[in-house]
Amino acid sequence: MSTPTPPRVRLPHTTEAAWVRRTLIGVALVFMCLFLLLPLAAVFTEALRKGWDVYWEALKEPDAWSAIRLTFLTAAVAVPLNLVFGVAAAWCIAKYEFKGKSFLTTLIDLPFSVSPVVAGLIYVLVFGAQGWLGPWLAEHDIKIVFAVPGIILATIFVTFPFIARELIPLMQAQGNDEEQAAQVLGASGWQTFWYVTLPNIKWGLIYGVILCNARAMGEFGAVSVVSGHIRGQTNTMPLHVEILYNEYQSVAAFAVASLLALLALLTLAIKSWVEWRHERDMRATTDLPPEPPTAMAGNAKA
Amino acid sequence: MSAATRRVLPGFHLTLGFTVFYLCLIVLIPLSALLFKTFTLTWPQFWDAVTAPRVLASYRLTFGASLIAALVNVVFGLLVAWVLVRYTFPGKKLIDALVDLPFALPTAVAGISLTALLAGNGWVGQYLEPMGIQLAFNPNGVVIALIFIGLPFVVRTVQPVLEDAEKELEEAAMCLGATRWQTFVRVIFPAIAPALLTGFAMAFARAIGEYGSVIFIAGNMPMISEITPLIIISKLEQYDYAGATAVASVMLGLSFVLLLVINALQTWQRNRSGA
Repeated sequence: MSTPTPPRVRLPHTTEAAWVRRTLIGVALVFMCLFLLLPLAAVFTEALRKGWDVYWEALKEPDAWSAIRLTFLTAAVAVPLNLVFGVAAAWCIAKYEFKGKSFLTTLIDLPFSVSPVVAGLIYVLVFGAQGWLGPWLAEHDIKIVFAVPGIILATIFVTFPFIARELIPLMQAQGNDEEQAAQVLGASGWQTFWYVTLPNIKWGLIYGVILCNARAMGEFGAVSVVSGHIRGQTNTMPLHVEILYNEYQSVAAFAVASLLALLALLTLAIKSWVEWRHERDMRATTDLPPEPPTAMAGNAKA
Repeated sequence: MSAATRRVLPGFHLTLGFTVFYLCLIVLIPLSALLFKTFTLTWPQFWDAVTAPRVLASYRLTFGASLIAALVNVVFGLLVAWVLVRYTFPGKKLIDALVDLPFALPTAVAGISLTALLAGNGWVGQYLEPMGIQLAFNPNGVVIALIFIGLPFVVRTVQPVLEDAEKELEEAAMCLGATRWQTFVRVIFPAIAPALLTGFAMAFARAIGEYGSVIFIAGNMPMISEITPLIIISKLEQYDYAGATAVASVMLGLSFVLLLVINALQTWQRNRSGA
């Protein structure tokens, strides 16, 4: 009667009793539902509280439209600029050794830890009427703060590290071998980048762009300081949500908010898809038999 | 420069030059404007601005709420990370993706939605109010908004460390007669402690500066539920640039300190896992 029962082979000593597992999963799920799922559900329910017609009316309103346009314009300027910066920063930090490299990396992370409100304030101090460039800008009739350029600048600041942050560790892990091989085979710098580096970092790049875009479209604090809140002119979607909400136009506020929530869900979906594709690619490379290097060496000789 | 470290790849000067130029233009020069503006204040001016009773109350709230929220996030973040790494259950992929919602959802949306839930007539608030529990328009609301904002920081720093943890160590502990709880406390926890601390610091740092999600739910009563970033905004709206700058420089100094702490923690974590 002392024969061990078969199910116990499944390493019972590195997991918990079934009731502990179930309780932990239960508590975690309840927490996630209360703190994440419920607020998300509330956005859509509140938006549709008075039916689809009222919902559409709120979105068709000209001020809402101009807020949507400004939000897209802001992201369309901020994301590509930070993309170029992210690639350049990751290239010089990951591919070379130089003095002050870790200091530079820390400085790139800096906007993450600065409060968005402080981020807005610093642009007011540079470009505002009492700021460094204020008198000169007033003389030449250029408006930056409390106008669209200020909104774009503040957005660039808060989304500054996103893409660089994704790319630096990725490019560091990949090393220089492939690029050096390309150089030896006679590729120019740009060719090396386009045909060797870019395909290697594409998932990290998309990942960074997605997160950068989500933050750029959703930024509230920094933009709120530099916007001036002029309806139809300097209101982004999150600011428009605030104005409507403070005017007790709850349904309209949640209608615009629901668009932002959809954007967030889309971001999460693309992000999960990118992670899945990246994992698949990684598995495909590790599963490959060790022939390709030999084949490449053969080509180089030929 | 020795031959071994010679730069074979082109583009070093171009990319470094552009990186430093862009960094100065967008981040360093505007931030230095804050410092210069602060230095134009006299010491009594600065001191009065940053130690006014209303401002001191806002520090207490911002710190206290951020600390509580970050601690709650450590407990539940660890739990969520643990459940996601160690167990299988239906809907696990979905929950995993959902963890990043606070990163992706604009803070203003989170703010109005939490307020709608917790206000006296909201989905959750209507059941709590008769019991005398008020979660919106007071410091409780601030804590809840900050828990929402900070959760992914802890989960996403602990999760990879848990995934890499060696099961052999746990098996060894078991063979040596440890109970499951002893194994957790003595073997697993020390391995994930640096990551947990990093996640805590990141959630705390984010919570200190948070604005969008908090202002809707806080009620913003002076001395009671007014956070420090809001003080800066209201000073700006009264054209008190000097006062706003002084308070902002205190927050910026704190951000620097937290950034250095987080960097040190991450280095520690890397060394631990590398050794």
